[in-house]
Parts: sequence; C-alpha cells; structure tokens
Amino acid sequence: MTITYREALRAGLYEALEKDGRVFLMGEDVGRYGGTYAVSKGLLEKFGPERVRDTPLSELGFVGAGIGAALGGLRPIVEVMTVNFSLLALDQIVNSAATLRHMSGGQLSVPLVIRMSSGAGRQLAAQHSHSFEGWYAHIPGIKVLAAATIDDARFMLGAALAEPDPVIVFEYPALFETRGEPASDAVDISSARIRRTGSKVTLVTYGASLPKALAAAEEVDGEVIDLRVLRPLDIDTVLESVRKTRRAVVIDEGWRSGSLAAEIMARIAEQAFYDLDAPLARVCTEEVPIPYARHLEEAALPQPEKIVRAVRGMLA
Amino acid sequence: MIEFKLPSMGADMDEGKLLEWKVKPGDKVKRGDIVAVVDTTKAAVEVEIWEEGTMHEWVVQPGETVPVGTVLALLLAPGEDAATAVRPKPAAAPAPAVERRRISPAARKHAQELGVNLDLVKGTGPEGAVTVEDVEKARAPAAPVDRNLEMRKAIAAAMSRSKREIPHYYLSETVPMLRATEWLARENEKRPVTGRLLMAVLQLKAVALAAAKFPDLNGFFRDGAHQPSSAAHVGVAISLRQGGLVAPAIHDVQAKPLDELMRNLADLVKRARAGSLRSSEMSDPTITVTNLGEGGVEAVFPIIYPPQVAIVGFGGIKQQAVVASVAADHRVSDGHRGALFLAEIARLLQEPEKL
Repeated sequence: MTITYREALRAGLYEALEKDGRVFLMGEDVGRYGGTYAVSKGLLEKFGPERVRDTPLSELGFVGAGIGAALGGLRPIVEVMTVNFSLLALDQIVNSAATLRHMSGGQLSVPLVIRMSSGAGRQLAAQHSHSFEGWYAHIPGIKVLAAATIDDARFMLGAALAEPDPVIVFEYPALFETRGEPASDAVDISSARIRRTGSKVTLVTYGASLPKALAAAEEVDGEVIDLRVLRPLDIDTVLESVRKTRRAVVIDEGWRSGSLAAEIMARIAEQAFYDLDAPLARVCTEEVPIPYARHLEEAALPQPEKIVRAVRGMLA
Repeated sequence: MIEFKLPSMGADMDEGKLLEWKVKPGDKVKRGDIVAVVDTTKAAVEVEIWEEGTMHEWVVQPGETVPVGTVLALLLAPGEDAATAVRPKPAAAPAPAVERRRISPAARKHAQELGVNLDLVKGTGPEGAVTVEDVEKARAPAAPVDRNLEMRKAIAAAMSRSKREIPHYYLSETVPMLRATEWLARENEKRPVTGRLLMAVLQLKAVALAAAKFPDLNGFFRDGAHQPSSAAHVGVAISLRQGGLVAPAIHDVQAKPLDELMRNLADLVKRARAGSLRSSEMSDPTITVTNLGEGGVEAVFPIIYPPQVAIVGFGGIKQQAVVASVAADHRVSDGHRGALFLAEIARLLQEPEKL
C-alpha cells in the first residue's frame, strides 16, 4: 500500500509514541492544530496532552526544556517547525545539547531528537526558505539526518530515538506529497545509499534535491547517492562510487560558499584525487536571498537541467 | 638568428620525425651541408641547409615528430654573436608543446599502470583533457608502423590530389631508337663495365634539354600560378623492392655530361633503395621521368606528381623504337606545346652524340 511522505512521518511518530512511554512530542502547534504541515494530526487525541504538547512561540525555551527532559531520562521529540526558526534555538543546540557529554566527562547524555523542515520551493520567500543543513553538519556532538525517501521518513525517527546523543532530523515539505510504499524497516542512520546505479558520473545529494538528481541521472547515466546522514558523513560510499565513475557533481540546496557541497568536494579531492577524470562540480542554490516569485525561486534552486549541464560540461 | 625549419619534401609530406642531428651546437655549416636526418613516410631523408652560419641551438630533439615548417634549430648568421643575436619571435601560432597538457589525475595514474606514453594519447575530455577512456583507447597495441602501408597512403594522397586538381592531357609518340641504341653500344665498348651508360641516361638528358626549352612543361604550379624553373631538376621514378616508389631529383640535368649523370643515377638508385635521400632531392624535382621499359610495357600514361606540371614516360624499346609519352597540366600548357615538347625529345634522341 502506498503512502505519502507526510503519512510516513506520522506513522513514525505514532509508532515511537506507542512503543516507548518515555517518548513525547512537543513543539508549536503540534497538538490541537495537528502540526503546521499536518504531520501530527490525530496524535493528541490518541496519546493525550501529556505526550503531545503545544509550546509557546519560544524556540530557545522549548528546545532547552527538551534538553532538560532528555537529561532527566525521557526521550523527547522536539519539533521546531522549520530550520528558519531553529536559528533562535541555536545556543541550546550548539552550546548545550552538543557539548554536555563532552563537558561532563561522559556523565551526561542528551538523547534528544529535534525535527525540523527545511528547504525552499513553496513560495515562502527569503525568511522561510532556508537550507542550513550544512551549518548543523558542522557541529561535533550531534548527528544530522536528512530524510529524502518514504522509507527514511517512516523509519529514521525510530533509529534516531535509539541514539544516546542529540539527533537532528530534517524533513522536506517539498517532498510531503510524494508517494511510495515503505519497503523496509531496516533503516540505519550511519550510511549513505545509492538510489540509482550509473556509470558516467556520481551525483551526490540529499533531501529535496534527490528527485532532481534522479531525473538528471536518467539523461546522463548518473549514479545517485543519497547522503541521508549529513553528520557523520559516510564518505566511503561516495568515494567508492567516484572511483567507479571517475566524475562527481554535488547537488546541494544550500548556498555554494561554505556549503555542505564544498565539504563533500573537499573530501573527494583529498581521498580520490587520482581517481578523477574531470574537475569536480556542484550545483547549489544561487547566492541570493530566496526570491518569492515562482519563476525566480525556481531559477535560484538546483534543477535537473542545471545538473545535466554540469555533467555534460565534464564529459565534454 | 637563422631559423632552420623542417622543409616539405614532397606534396605528400605533412610532418617528419627527426632521427638525428648531423651538426652540433657550435659547428659551422655552409650551403648544402646535411644538418639532420628526418624520417618521412617514404624514407629517412638527409636534410640540407641553404644558409651559412653556426649551429646555436637544437629546438627539436631526435625522436620528436613535428609538422612541416616547424623550426628545428636556431643558427647564428656569420658575424652574429650568441649574446647579442636577436632570437626570432615564435610565429603567432600558439605553440601547444609548451603549454601543460590537461591530463586527468585518473588518466595519469592509469597510463602509468599500463605503461602508456601519454604524449601519444589524444585527449577527448573537457578542453581536450586526456581521460581514462583515452588512455584505454591508446592502450590498444599501437601496430608497429607499417612502412609499406604508410607509403601506400602517401602515394594515394599525392596521386588523388593530382587527379583531383590537375587537368591532365596525354600525348604519345613513337620515337625511333636505332641511332641511339647503336651509338650507346659503341660508346659502352670504350668504357669499363662499371662506367657503362644506360639508355635511361640519354632519355633523362633529352627530357631535361627539352624541358629547358619548353618552360611551360617544367617547374611548379603553386598558389594558382605556374612558377617556371630555368633548371631542369629531373625526378627519376625509382620503384622500391618492398613496393612503392620514390621520385627524387637529379639536379641540373640539362647542364651535366652523360657520364656524370650516369654516376648520379646509380648513386640515387642505391640511396633511394637504402632509404637515405636528401631533402633537396625530394623537394626539388621540376619534372619527372618514369621508365617502365624493364617491365616490357609499350607505353606509360603517368600521373603528374604535384606541384610539378608534367611527367614523361618511356615504354620498352621494341623494334628499334620506343613510345614516349607526356602527361601535362592543361592549366599551364596546351596540347600544341606538349606536342612540340615531345617532338623535341624525339629529335634530341636522334642525335645521341650531342647529348
């Protein structure tokens, strides 16, 4: 039976709440409203206000509360709605959640899961269209996941809750309506996955750019790698593919400068230089605040045609 | 400074491989000295220089293959000083050899593993970069250069060009050879075996004298115009034992006595078959003679070797006569002139003692 990405997320939450009494969900509008993206619809009715909690509009406050609950032995799932608002909670995430195990000499553990949506493409304008996965992937002490498939939307949460340390799970509204059949519950949160095999070029991507990379791969015989885990990176899967195709394009909805794409390219250059047959390339978002107008927004984001062009450039 | 460039040694030559330098930096050279040996598709050719000077620098090293017109070496003109001599500016054409080639890291590694010489690999990647695929292609064992095949190709190119560009007309005439044959027999009786003359020498001389008299059948057709030559440098078609042929020149045939021509011819045939000809011999012929008499044919209808404008053929001597034919370039001469030229050859062969 096929389900949508949104339904897969909901099923993941349902299962987590049902399986473990320590798990609870909190965030803005997750309860009575059913979630800004209708992901948590029906959960309040099923699990009650103790375990599905609406919070004030105070990201710094409720993420801090989540850290406290995790320290106290619970398994909180904190939803900060979107990565745009998570900027208000950065101090809690970077200075507390990510550092406490280290600073306590291993005495403290923060088994916290923070969910947030990310990305542009829905005409939400410059302040609500950010992609900051790369920023979070910069921070030691947290694990960063990007769910780009129905399987990952359905099962990543369970694996994240089993972690003893903070995990950030990125979800993609641009993919919420995609459909598919959850194939397997054997979802790990340590490895990248080859989503399409190919021979001419390796297309490395994550999140909402995955369908674009797959579309481009059809035209250029590309091998598509879904990173899935943005920190710590499973670079071996990338290198193995690059050693086969000898070419790589990184597709990243983040801005080019200092992007996660830059990190991937650096690793390839460091570890697979002698296997390359062409300079590395990337397709990132144009370095402008994301425009509101649809045609400009589309022009600013990575698109299949841009990926195909980048590949053709290196095949000459 | 003097630039010594790779000369074209025939219409079918685009490039040559430098085999050897005959002159070291510091050595003095004069006009006509052999300075290098260059391999063309036809033979290893000794390349002469036509200026006087002192070898200063080898620009191209033995083993390199370069296009015709490439500067092979720089020489100091007489009186020039190495310290003050002005180096000629390289021609505007970019010198690709100097630029670092684009070779992908993977291709470089792959080539090293396979022992493929990257200099010989053509790049097809972005901006001409050499890729792994290119190395793979080059790896296919390069068939050892088949000299016969190369020569066949060179002949094919030159002859196709000739038939494509030159409007040939053909004339032939049966020339009585009784007097020449008798005269030759008498002459050879007086000579030691090694000094005997061949009929071919008489024919060469007759053609040269006629060519000097009819300049529109002698010289080159270049850049849309005939460039007549006052001298008749007669190319002699020499078939090679392994197949194919070359037609190097004997210079100034019109001015040389028969004995000297005989020595020149014997030397030329020997060197052609040994594959050691000189550049001027390859590039200078202003008219060619082909003699298929040995094969027993009656008449030859030859194809002009560009950029020459005529070629003369002789069949075998039968019943005291030989068929002389001429193929000439109608852009330069008309049949009437060709007929007079052929008649002149016939007339000259009736007075062998005057040759």
